[in-house]
Amino acid sequence: MTSKVTHELSGQGLTLQELIFRFEKFWADRDCVLQQPYDIEVGAGTMHPETFLRVLGKRPYRVAYVQPSRRPADGRYGENPNRLYKHLQLQVILKPSPADVQDVYLASLRAVGIGLAEHDVRFEEDNWESPTLGAWGIGWQVLLDGLEITQFTYFQQCGGVDLDPVSVELTYGLERIAAFLQGVDNVFDLRWSPDRTYGQVRLAEEQQFSEYSFGGADPAATRKLFELSEKEAARLLNSYPSLDGTAKSRFPLLAAYDLCLKCSHLFNLLDSRGVISTTERVALIGRVRQLACRVAEYWLDQQESTSGGQSASSESSP
Amino acid sequence: MKATADFLLEVGCEEIPAGMIPRAAEELQVILEKYLKAESLLGEARIEVFAAPRRLAAVVPELRVRQPDFAREVSGPPKTVAFDVDGKPTKAAESFAAKQGVAVRELYVVRTPRGEQVAAKQVVRGRPAKEILREVLPRAILEIPWPRSMYWTGTSGPHFIRPIRWIVALLGGSVIPFELAGVKAGAESRGHRFLGAARIRLTAAPDYQRKLRAHGVLVEPAARRKKIEHELRSLPARKGLRVRSDPGLLELVTYLNEYPSVLLGNFEVRYLSLPEEILVTVMRDHQKYFAVERRSGELAPHFLAVINLDRDRRGLVRQGHERVLRARFADAQFFWDSDQRCRLADYLPKLAQVTYESRLGSYRDKVERMRWLGRWLAEQWFAAGIHQAHVSDTDRAAELAKCDLVTEMVREFPELQGVVGGLYAKAQGEPEEIAWAIYDHYRPVGLDDPIPRNLTGSAVALADKLDSLVGCFAAGLIPSGSSDPFALRRAALGVVKIILEAKLAMSLSAAVCAAARVLGTQPPKMEVPVQAERQVLDFILDRARFILRQRSGFAYDEVNAVLAAGADDLVDTVERLEALRGIRGTKNFEPLAVSFKRIRKILEKAGPVEVWRLPAVRPELFTEEAEKGLYSAAAHAARETAREKRAGNYREALRVIAELRPAVDRFFDDVLVMVEEESTRRNRLTLLAELLREFSTIADFSEMAAGEKR
Repeated sequence: MTSKVTHELSGQGLTLQELIFRFEKFWADRDCVLQQPYDIEVGAGTMHPETFLRVLGKRPYRVAYVQPSRRPADGRYGENPNRLYKHLQLQVILKPSPADVQDVYLASLRAVGIGLAEHDVRFEEDNWESPTLGAWGIGWQVLLDGLEITQFTYFQQCGGVDLDPVSVELTYGLERIAAFLQGVDNVFDLRWSPDRTYGQVRLAEEQQFSEYSFGGADPAATRKLFELSEKEAARLLNSYPSLDGTAKSRFPLLAAYDLCLKCSHLFNLLDSRGVISTTERVALIGRVRQLACRVAEYWLDQQESTSGGQSASSESSP
Repeated sequence: MKATADFLLEVGCEEIPAGMIPRAAEELQVILEKYLKAESLLGEARIEVFAAPRRLAAVVPELRVRQPDFAREVSGPPKTVAFDVDGKPTKAAESFAAKQGVAVRELYVVRTPRGEQVAAKQVVRGRPAKEILREVLPRAILEIPWPRSMYWTGTSGPHFIRPIRWIVALLGGSVIPFELAGVKAGAESRGHRFLGAARIRLTAAPDYQRKLRAHGVLVEPAARRKKIEHELRSLPARKGLRVRSDPGLLELVTYLNEYPSVLLGNFEVRYLSLPEEILVTVMRDHQKYFAVERRSGELAPHFLAVINLDRDRRGLVRQGHERVLRARFADAQFFWDSDQRCRLADYLPKLAQVTYESRLGSYRDKVERMRWLGRWLAEQWFAAGIHQAHVSDTDRAAELAKCDLVTEMVREFPELQGVVGGLYAKAQGEPEEIAWAIYDHYRPVGLDDPIPRNLTGSAVALADKLDSLVGCFAAGLIPSGSSDPFALRRAALGVVKIILEAKLAMSLSAAVCAAARVLGTQPPKMEVPVQAERQVLDFILDRARFILRQRSGFAYDEVNAVLAAGADDLVDTVERLEALRGIRGTKNFEPLAVSFKRIRKILEKAGPVEVWRLPAVRPELFTEEAEKGLYSAAAHAARETAREKRAGNYREALRVIAELRPAVDRFFDDVLVMVEEESTRRNRLTLLAELLREFSTIADFSEMAAGEKR
């Protein structure tokens, strides 16, 4: 199923935004909710509540969204043709994982114009793990002519909880796929829209955030922000277990999760500033994971206590 | 109906990690054989297994379609109950026979632990193979062990390496019906993802390979390997080039593709200015490409990629792989250039921010300890006559050894630690001895890895490893089971290998003691308990035993005998071992070893040494000729062996000791040690004790196993 592109542009290959349209159309046609990026800094699409919380519990769900993902340590001031402080992931969650999930995934590549018989597409072992989220899965990186374009994961655990049913997570690297389609070597030369390049849209952002990640951020202030966020999250979480009834169902666990995400990003920032020793690293990751695991545990509890026995239509949104 | 039929099992799977497939195929064969034999279905037939990324398969050309019938004995009532005094069957016998479906006259008597009982022989009809297979196959499939498995149908569902998506199970062309993980076994397989049909109907096992091949799958690993090898050879040959051989990579790509083809790609000549180590690491470890070389062995600006297709129709695949490699090389070039903006030594202050271990401080601290220990080692060696040992070179190499840990290149390619430092040192004009020492100082990383190529490298490597061992043991980080986060086993193995292969005459305990001392005088200024030193020595000697047995092929008891006589100088230990191995086959040796064992037992039984030991043997107390004879033979042998040992001639020394055998034999024939008379007894015990001590300095013979048992 290839939708005809009406405005093929000068130069070859799809623009970045056209690529996103096609992927979103593809997955919307397969019953995915098209969600929007999360509005808090995250390192990966997995951290969006639409993944982290939705994969917990029994309810089926399908969702797709683009998630700009920030990795402070990967910034290169916009000078490296392949490295970015912030890159775009297209994240798809299929819960439960369908039996033909690999075929559907390959069809999505066809839908953006990749002729599979003319390319070397392979699934190579790559198990994914996020120690800060207490999450891991089994899967592959998908290589297209030697280029890693997707992380394909069967979630096994999230927030320290064994998952049942198992969700599949597809994380497409949008810049890489666009560069492949356009035959471009430097990410900043990508055509984002018919008349704008990636560099024109994003270069300043790369420069400024690299500057901040490697020098501008004040370690003491960043550490303080981390601790404040952690404390506020812990305060919220500590009060949850004693609640019942309506107080429980309306309790802002989502706010606690936002604070946990804040901690994760601030940790990454401290890390890129080079002020975290190896042992402290492990300890800080453990602290963020603890928050994430408590959110997951309480979230499951809250879901059960609010909609126990009710129809899926009344499910609460993350 | 034919007695046998062809059997085919194919487990269709999402892509199995390439490195795990060969083992899984072997396991499938072993497991199936176990079940089929246990059910008497296999007979003399053989199981052939096939494996590719998306399938594990087994074929038996002639499997029995039905188990053979077999006889079973059922015992019944006691003979006395079954037959009356006249020997006539009773009601009990009749009802037993009826129950077993045999005539009364067919009953017979068997002797059992409970006395004589009547018994009946029953013929059990064998079950049809199909019936057995439908029970056994799901179990057999799930029995394949994997390093890390997953579940996909819920937490209570089966565990396997990746989701099972189809199963073919045919006996004589008809489906063996069973279900596993929600998948019904059938007759439909699947071809190559892009070269074959999504559904292939299989009818008979003998057709399996041919049919799959027609759909773009080479199910035989050997066929894939052969195709790859052929193309790896022929493609570069057209340009007068050749593939750089890489057996490990060849094995991997054989299991990474269902229909492998090789393509030859190019990269810009300018990247050849980057060191070969970096280029090859990028190609091999990151992209799984083979490097291409000229006849001279120099790298050529090409690579060989193995793709999972029959051919590269429009050249797009090659272009894609070339673009990816170009980006990787551009990265490496970028790291190289930015790292070269400062000198290696300028990275030293940064090492203070990299923690080695919280109690053992930073890498900056470790470097200082390595320098001190490296200098100490070089001084020891120089004093022992190893005149290439160079103290200031060792100091410089140790100082720079860890600097590459904070370079961009090593952050990107951690597997190149050490190598990158060595290359940078060389590029920045450090002497070759020092550059290679840095380059090699993580070596050896395994049993088969070479030791550092020069003495300075050995000194730095030993200093690094000894510091890790002593520091971690002192901090209580002792490896247990599979947990060894600081790779201490590898470090200890490295210590042994370096000392043995570089033939470094040195005292292991003194070196461990020096490492402990520097931990106390330099940060973290940690007190190392004597017990930790002891533990480290034992830990290292444990690895030494392993190497001497596995690597050098010494027998278990030889190693024990020699190590029991001391193993502080490992080079000397090996010389003694070789001498012992040389002499053990000779006629006097084994009986003498038996006698030494006997001596040890006698002394052990004699009670505490203080009670019986005399200050020295007193010849005037001898009464028997045989004890006088032993005494003088031993005195003579002691002088001889001392001289041979001083000359380093252990073989000759052992020969002299072995010649004591007649004297020892005569002693035990003629002399009773444990006599009543106290002074005689104590004198004889002392004689034996001295004999044991005197002649156990090369090897403790009482550790030697007698005869064939080694």
